[in-house]
Amino acid sequence: MSEWKKICTLDEIPSLGARVVKSAQGDIAIFRTGNDEVFALHDHCPHKGGPLSQGIVAGKTVTCPMHGWKIGLDSGAAEAPDEGHASCLQVKVDEAGVVWLDIKQIVAVCAA
Amino acid sequence: MKKMNLVMVGNGMAGVRTLEELLKLAPDLYDITVFGAEPHANYNRILLSPVLAGEQTIQDIMLNDVDWYRDNGITLHLNKKITHINRKQRVVTADDGTAVEYDRLILATGSNPFILPIPGNDLPGVIGYRDIADTDAMIDAAKVYKHAVVIGGGLLGLEAANGLKLRGMDVSVVHINEWLMERQLDKSSAKLLQKSLEDKGLKFLLKKNTAELVSGESGRVAAVKFKDGETVPADLVVMAVGIRPNTALAESAGIHCNRGIVVNDTMQTYDPRIYAVGECVNHRGTAYGLVAPLFEMAKVAANHLAEFGIGRYTGSVTSTKLKVTGIDLFSAGNFTGGEGYEEILMSDPVGGVYKKLVIQDNKLAGAVMYGDTVDGAWYFQLLREGRNISDIRDHLMFGQSHVGDLGHTGHNRAAAMTDEMEICGCNGVCKGSIVKAIKEKGLFTLEDVRKHTKASSSCGSCTGLVEQLLASVLGGDYSEAPKTKSICGCTDHTHAEARAVIRDNKLLSIPEVMDFMEWRTPNGCSTCRPALNYYLISTWPGEAADDPQSRFINERAHANIQKDGTYSVIPRMWGGQTNSSELRRIADVADKYAIPTMKVTGGQRIDLLGVKKEDLPGVWADLDMPSGHAYGKALRTVKTCVGSEWCRFGTQDSTQLGVDLEKALWKMWAPHKVKLAVSGCPRNCAEVAIKDVGIIGVDSGWEIYIAGNGGIKTEVAHFFVKVKTAEEVMEYTAAFLQLYREEGFYLERTVHYFNRVGMDYIKQRVLEDAANRRELHARMIFALQVEKDPWVERAKEGVLKHEFEMLTV
Ligand code: SRM
Ligand SMILES: Cc1cc2nc3c(=O)[nH]c(=O)nc-3n(C[C@H](O)[C@H](O)[C@H](O)COP(=O)(O)OP(=O)(O)OC[C@H]3O[C@@H](n4cnc5c(N)ncnc54)[C@H](O)[C@@H]3O)c2cc1C
Ligand code: SF4
Ligand code: FES
Repeated sequence: MSEWKKICTLDEIPSLGARVVKSAQGDIAIFRTGNDEVFALHDHCPHKGGPLSQGIVAGKTVTCPMHGWKIGLDSGAAEAPDEGHASCLQVKVDEAGVVWLDIKQIVAVCAA
Repeated sequence: MKKMNLVMVGNGMAGVRTLEELLKLAPDLYDITVFGAEPHANYNRILLSPVLAGEQTIQDIMLNDVDWYRDNGITLHLNKKITHINRKQRVVTADDGTAVEYDRLILATGSNPFILPIPGNDLPGVIGYRDIADTDAMIDAAKVYKHAVVIGGGLLGLEAANGLKLRGMDVSVVHINEWLMERQLDKSSAKLLQKSLEDKGLKFLLKKNTAELVSGESGRVAAVKFKDGETVPADLVVMAVGIRPNTALAESAGIHCNRGIVVNDTMQTYDPRIYAVGECVNHRGTAYGLVAPLFEMAKVAANHLAEFGIGRYTGSVTSTKLKVTGIDLFSAGNFTGGEGYEEILMSDPVGGVYKKLVIQDNKLAGAVMYGDTVDGAWYFQLLREGRNISDIRDHLMFGQSHVGDLGHTGHNRAAAMTDEMEICGCNGVCKGSIVKAIKEKGLFTLEDVRKHTKASSSCGSCTGLVEQLLASVLGGDYSEAPKTKSICGCTDHTHAEARAVIRDNKLLSIPEVMDFMEWRTPNGCSTCRPALNYYLISTWPGEAADDPQSRFINERAHANIQKDGTYSVIPRMWGGQTNSSELRRIADVADKYAIPTMKVTGGQRIDLLGVKKEDLPGVWADLDMPSGHAYGKALRTVKTCVGSEWCRFGTQDSTQLGVDLEKALWKMWAPHKVKLAVSGCPRNCAEVAIKDVGIIGVDSGWEIYIAGNGGIKTEVAHFFVKVKTAEEVMEYTAAFLQLYREEGFYLERTVHYFNRVGMDYIKQRVLEDAANRRELHARMIFALQVEKDPWVERAKEGVLKHEFEMLTV
């Protein structure tokens, strides 16, 4: 079962940046890439729980601000040689530019 | 569109490295076909010696297996030797008749062992030492035969002899010269080496000229006969008297060769469609026989094949290490010296230690070390960087740990460490895992090790140890010379090139720079973006806009992120001075925002730790104190002592000068953080000797010291100049720091910049050229005028509000 919630507009997320959504399941990071794709991850680095929302976004990755692990935005997977996953959530942008988040369905930890 | 055909002849180390580099740059440009005369995929030839010695297996030394070729869409023909190139029709033909057309051709045919032109050189049991087949032949011979003779006492010959000995043979090494490895060692160190090898059971026949190889009854070689008439028994003869570039194929196709296939700086032969890389090449008159230069060639050839057209190969300096376990030997550069060279020598024949450094024009030109090679990597780095060593000359011989250049593990010797011992303290990587990764993953350079193990990728203080491990496993560290090192994997350009392009073409934004310099990734990465952002704002203050998304979180949020995701706030206390109302405000803020920890920092000010991100603007507004930039590559603190105002020894008002300097330089962004200190007398209570700029008041004025550092590697600041007035201190300090801001590479602290350019250069730009000094000072003032207090902007003017506002569902 999905449960889509309105979060903000695309403009409210900086390009190559992120916003944090406070939710019952903890903080969720919503990222915006250079070509306006939007991704959502739990704001919790698989290494030591660093807030991924505070990292530097490039291509489809974010570099964790704590110790520099690189996490794939679409998969939540850490880049080699590191191993681990942040869990992903479904997110979409409608024609009006509104960002929606499915807070029910955690897209299970994606295979590496 | 049909892709172009790229054909490569020779499936060895240089060729495959070229393909790897090419695939990184332009994965879809070519259909690639590879021909290899050997029946094996690509392996690490330099590790044949440990295989022979029984320390590793062929499996361990594979670099790219057949799956790699398949995964990258490369057609691989093993066991096929190209015998003909038709340059008109652009077709190559192999010995089994396979013919393939090419648009571009790479010749990477390596070299052949030189076989002495003497009678008997073609007898069974006489081999060179080049490939897996030779290695297998030696291993097999050792099982059934007793006597081995290795002709040639160079690197290869000694490694072969050592391996055969370990496999149980009785081994003699024949050498025509008076001492071993005369191309790498001088006589003294060679004698020490000979002694240790004799202790391992090897025999040496020096100054011997081989006349003939004599066969026995079976038709196999049985003895070696010398010109002086002496004969020694030999069931196996290994010729290791040198290599000859393998140019036969190129010559037969009419490509210009002269002791190697002649190439230009873009690795093209006289036929521009045909490239050549590796040991088969003659570049500017030199044919190389070690891996490091070949990798640099590979990078350049790949760049041109990818049609980027920017790299140039201009030759290499090489270093050597003998891969015989238990023997420490290192040599690099020109170590024979001669006219115009100076030598520093240390010799302890009884202790088995010998070191020689050769110096030319205040730069290290070469080094030979035997017995204690801990500092090999460091000397090699000084050599490749061309660093001016006049300031460390006194201590140079005693190694890195004696020039105050100490990492936390600076005293350990990598070779003597056990596998469980930790090398990288930041990432918890031990020696065993690094050695394993080097062997199993086929790593060659410091960057490879950083990428695969994380060792040395954080604070960098273990870099020297990692370099030693590379050298002891591989016989060398094949990292690129710093001046050709690219900023990161997104580009082949160096920091210096990026700085120059931004200045010369007046580029004002990161996308412009990436476009202009043909970045490979759409928006760079967390390494290059912050660097480019700094280069832009420091080159074009007020014109290039700062990009917060290209700044590390601390500089984006203007507070330091803590391990639990909260932030710390350190307001500025000019020169470490405060007053009761400031302290009261700080106390009130701490209460209002329930700040859990308050601490006096090492920089004479107060840290409020554990502030929630959303509270930051409120905290700043209520504090009503300037940003301390404790989070930035910026001016941090100006530490002061009480000075002449209170202290009974004070000769100058150091507190006031500190406050003035801090107010003048506040808000300054720099390649890395900048710390100053001012002491009122030579007792030096403000610890100026470890600051980027340190000032000591004396009766007759002020002494200025520069480029100290108190962090990971402690470096004592160098005396720069003595001036009379406080105004002069301001001008000289600002001018030096502006020079650093304009020329420093991102993440280079003043000490690194100083080491790179040298004191003479800085003196020339700041002291000798008064007009230039004033211009530098003026440019600093101009740059700082456009900067605002980031806390005020965010607390009171609503700048970048979204950074501090959380969303909810
Ligand atoms: C707070 C403080 C420790 C303290 O409680 O006293 C501190 C805290 C940190 N230091 Fe420091 N350093 C502090 C004084 C120093 C000093 C002493 C000094 O400034 O007099 C040094 C040695 C002097 C020097 O820099 O040459 C020092 C050498 C370092 C280094 C090594 C720098 C180097 O070039 O080797 C790092 C790592 C880096 O910058 O990459 C570092 C990095 C850090 C970081 C930023 C680590 C990080 O990236 O999170 C710490 C931030 C904690 C925080 O959030 O506040 N800190 N750090 C000090 C703040 C001073 C201030 O008022 O601004
Ligand atoms: C035992 C040993 C130890 C060494 N130790 C070190 C060391 O410690 N440090 C160091 O830096 N270097 C060392 N070297 C040297 C290093 O291995 C070489 O510099 C490097 O391998 C040269 O690379 P290359 O690609 O030019 O040639 P190679 O790696 O020799 O590759 C050339 C390939 O081309 C093939 N080939 C040739 N002609 C044809 C043709 N017509 N058709 C098809 N295929 C063809 C050959 O069979 C060969 O496989 C060592 C070498 C040996 C043999
Ligand atoms: S404050 Fe400095 S020394 Fe202390 S743990 Fe952090 S970085 Fe290390
Ligand atoms: S917590 Fe993310 S890299 Fe360590």
